[in-house]
Amino acid sequence: MIRFCDVTFTYDGADRPTLDRVDLAVGEGELCVVVGPTGSGKTTLLRAVNGLVPHFTGGRLSGEVLVAGRSTRDFPPRELADVVGMVGQNPAASFVTDMVEDELAYTMENLGLAPDVMRRRVEDALDLLGLHDLRDRPLATLSGGQQQRVAIGAVLTASPRVLVLDEPTSALDPAAAEEVLASLTRLVHDLGLTVLLAEHRLERVLPFADSVVLVPGRGGPLVIGPAAEVMLDSPVAPPLVDLGRLAGWLPLPLSVRDARRQAGPLRLRLEGAAPHPAPPADPDAPVEARLSKVSVRYDRVTALDAVSFEVRTGEVVAVMGRNGSGKSTLLAQLAGVRPPTSGAVEVAGVDPTSLAPRALVARVGLVPQDAGILLYSDSVGAECAAADRDTGLAPGATAAVLERVLPDVPADRHPRDLSEGQRLALALAVVLAPAPPLLLLDEPTRGLDYPGKARLVRLLAELAADGHAVLMATHDVELVAQVATRAVVLAEGEVVADGPARDVVCHSPVFAPQVAKVLAPEPWLTVDEVRGALEVEAVRG
Amino acid sequence: MSRTALAASGRRGLHPGAWWLWAACMAGAASRTTNPILLLLIAGVAVYVVAARRTSAPWSRSIVVFLRLGVIVIVLRVALVVVFGNRLPGHVLFTLPHVPLPSWAAGVSIGGPVTAEAVIGAVVQGLRLAVVLVCFGAANSLASPYRLLRCLPAVLYEAGVAITVSLAFAPELVMAIGDVREARRLRGRPTRGLSGLRGTAVPVLERALDRSLQLASSMDARGYGRRVVVARGVRRWAGAATAVGILVLLAGIYGVLAAGSLPGGGIPFVAVGAALLSAGLATSGRRTNRTRYRPDVWRTPEWLVSASGAVAVGTMVAAGILGVAGVQYGVYPLVLPDLPLLAVVGILVGLVPAWAAPVERTAGRDTAPEPTAGVPVRNDAGPGPAANPEPTMPGVPQLALPGRADAPVALVPVALPGGTVA
Repeated sequence: MIRFCDVTFTYDGADRPTLDRVDLAVGEGELCVVVGPTGSGKTTLLRAVNGLVPHFTGGRLSGEVLVAGRSTRDFPPRELADVVGMVGQNPAASFVTDMVEDELAYTMENLGLAPDVMRRRVEDALDLLGLHDLRDRPLATLSGGQQQRVAIGAVLTASPRVLVLDEPTSALDPAAAEEVLASLTRLVHDLGLTVLLAEHRLERVLPFADSVVLVPGRGGPLVIGPAAEVMLDSPVAPPLVDLGRLAGWLPLPLSVRDARRQAGPLRLRLEGAAPHPAPPADPDAPVEARLSKVSVRYDRVTALDAVSFEVRTGEVVAVMGRNGSGKSTLLAQLAGVRPPTSGAVEVAGVDPTSLAPRALVARVGLVPQDAGILLYSDSVGAECAAADRDTGLAPGATAAVLERVLPDVPADRHPRDLSEGQRLALALAVVLAPAPPLLLLDEPTRGLDYPGKARLVRLLAELAADGHAVLMATHDVELVAQVATRAVVLAEGEVVADGPARDVVCHSPVFAPQVAKVLAPEPWLTVDEVRGALEVEAVRG
Repeated sequence: MSRTALAASGRRGLHPGAWWLWAACMAGAASRTTNPILLLLIAGVAVYVVAARRTSAPWSRSIVVFLRLGVIVIVLRVALVVVFGNRLPGHVLFTLPHVPLPSWAAGVSIGGPVTAEAVIGAVVQGLRLAVVLVCFGAANSLASPYRLLRCLPAVLYEAGVAITVSLAFAPELVMAIGDVREARRLRGRPTRGLSGLRGTAVPVLERALDRSLQLASSMDARGYGRRVVVARGVRRWAGAATAVGILVLLAGIYGVLAAGSLPGGGIPFVAVGAALLSAGLATSGRRTNRTRYRPDVWRTPEWLVSASGAVAVGTMVAAGILGVAGVQYGVYPLVLPDLPLLAVVGILVGLVPAWAAPVERTAGRDTAPEPTAGVPVRNDAGPGPAANPEPTMPGVPQLALPGRADAPVALVPVALPGGTVA
């Protein structure tokens, strides 16, 4: 269905090709996952499928890309719209109309389908993606997860034979991600749709994958094959695969179900070696931030409803909850971006909205979801220097923090040309430079690969040990499992769970990490815990 | 006619053309009178209808902007008359120092005595313009301009999309400015003053350009600008017919306006020009084979709404022709304006849409913009083959699925194995 024949692609002005002699064939009805570190060329590969690379981006492509027998050499993207559906990384930026229903019909209108066919397919797409209640809503009022589902629905209605998705579940909460992926598998299984998708959260997509394309980056050769074989020595791997490698399971399990069937012996070995319970939060640690009965309302919507809790020094608190449950609003409150409708917010004993910008950044630092918005200068070095000036630090202070967060970020690079992980590191460095005692992170792992995530986990643990209080809003249950000491679950603006992270995530089917699902009922959370326990056992035995 | 029957007629409320027609009629009525009471009555009718039938969509608040604009127009108008205005005789309110101007600027004066007559005359003229603006704002609030564009013929559609995208640009820019200012605060930088402005403009423009590129690639990938092959001769003919048609039509309109300049009063020219133009546009339209999803329909409520506007403007025109006292208001003598009954009744007919127009089904009117979105409602009974009796195209995968109610549900674990239940 999709065929790359000896494809080499070089962006204008780049000194080496992004895709180098790629040969790839994806058959009809296959769900193929593209994996690889950030900046390895996954997006370029996906965009070559419908000809956006090179028709839209420029650059030089040799070789041939064939989709359903049509070559992108002869067919520009618009002439392939009826066979390839493409969903980009940022769904909101791809909307052409202003209402949900019109957006779903837009591609079909361009293809000139008959009105009754359009009507039927829109109704089907509304049901398939659970968008029925939103059909008459303006797109601007949807949450991120809703927008992602509308974007997928908008290409599905054209009945393409190939679906290409770039990070389809990164912005979604676990339940919504399951829903989207379930819809995709249904399309693959029942209709023989071919799906090619790139995703950093492999734990979500691997159970559904038929084949995996590993893009190692730096122009290295692609590794293509059945998921279980390629993942055996992939540099990026979800916790389940790590656990499988550790326990030596063959074939490598890719779903929790397969893993549980092989996990009997491992569970026996681990019996009695209960995971070290995290040290209970120090009840005498100073309170860094306090919300008392905080409510926030926009128009008629209640974003937060009488929320009260405290964050203490040394804690890493994860705030979870579905899209639109008030997580970002909570962070905005603590950062003093907006005053609450009622109730009181205190950061280090002061109302943060009353502080001048410079005094604020010394008390609380917020890294927003789109970290790039914090960066304005035209090079990394200039950004660090500007941060020193803004906060009155000695020259070089921010650059030193950056070196600690992520070494070797090229100082002359423009922030927009950095990889996702490097950009996050730079934003973190800028925020951390004035050493705010309270650090707030909104979806810090969006677009981060596993090495980048591991580095973030180490950094957050160090910060907590240094006496910072960290509060992060996230959908990433694996991140919560690795670093959070406490988890708070929000639903409809209310706190529905608040307690030690291990208890909260293990007792929720939605938020449980993969290792916990495999090794339940024992509350193991991460592969590292299991590895540690096995080493101890090996020494004893 | 029961309200529920009307409410069922449109999927998204009234046809946008009906709203814009009604608003244009109300604006036309406003332009036919200088009686301030009648003008205020028209504005009141427009605002009332908006209040009764607006949705919670982002654009439905635009009437507030137009109301503010109207106040600015009145204030400006009065200020201009006070400073530069013609010196009407009458009750002098106060006298500004007179600035002598050279002889070539005769007809313009700065300063001098300001009379109550001049000020009130200016208020009335400003009010008329303000009411026209409010009518336009009402149309904007009731039907987004995008919905009106959807009604354009296929050949103009692509130009229409360009306009839509640029219209959507403005609110996004406002949001981007908000985001960037927040980010500046998080960086500890000033958000106000000159340096604040400079620091905001560049990132906002960067984001806007970024977004335009992403949108363009998305539109390309979704089939925007697909063309059907049409013979070159036909294309040339269509282009020529459109151009000649416009020229002849313009000449004809000139003939209609300037009596006696063209044979037949110019009307034959208008007819031929319009025919050529529509033939040209129709032929060009064959190059795109776009279809339209659920076009808005024109039914009884649409007729009622546009008729109510027509009655309003019709009575004003009739009253003008009949010379009904009070439709025009003079400041000599300076007395309260009359209230002509015919005009008042005509304007009040413009209130009909507040009841005749269907309430838009949801459009978020009663639902919160951020409901429990994360977990979508699961439709267990998938659309089965029986529900879709239409023939499916062979070889083309259809979106309609065989009913497999269990497929998606089974993938979400209800509880963890091993008994750790939430």
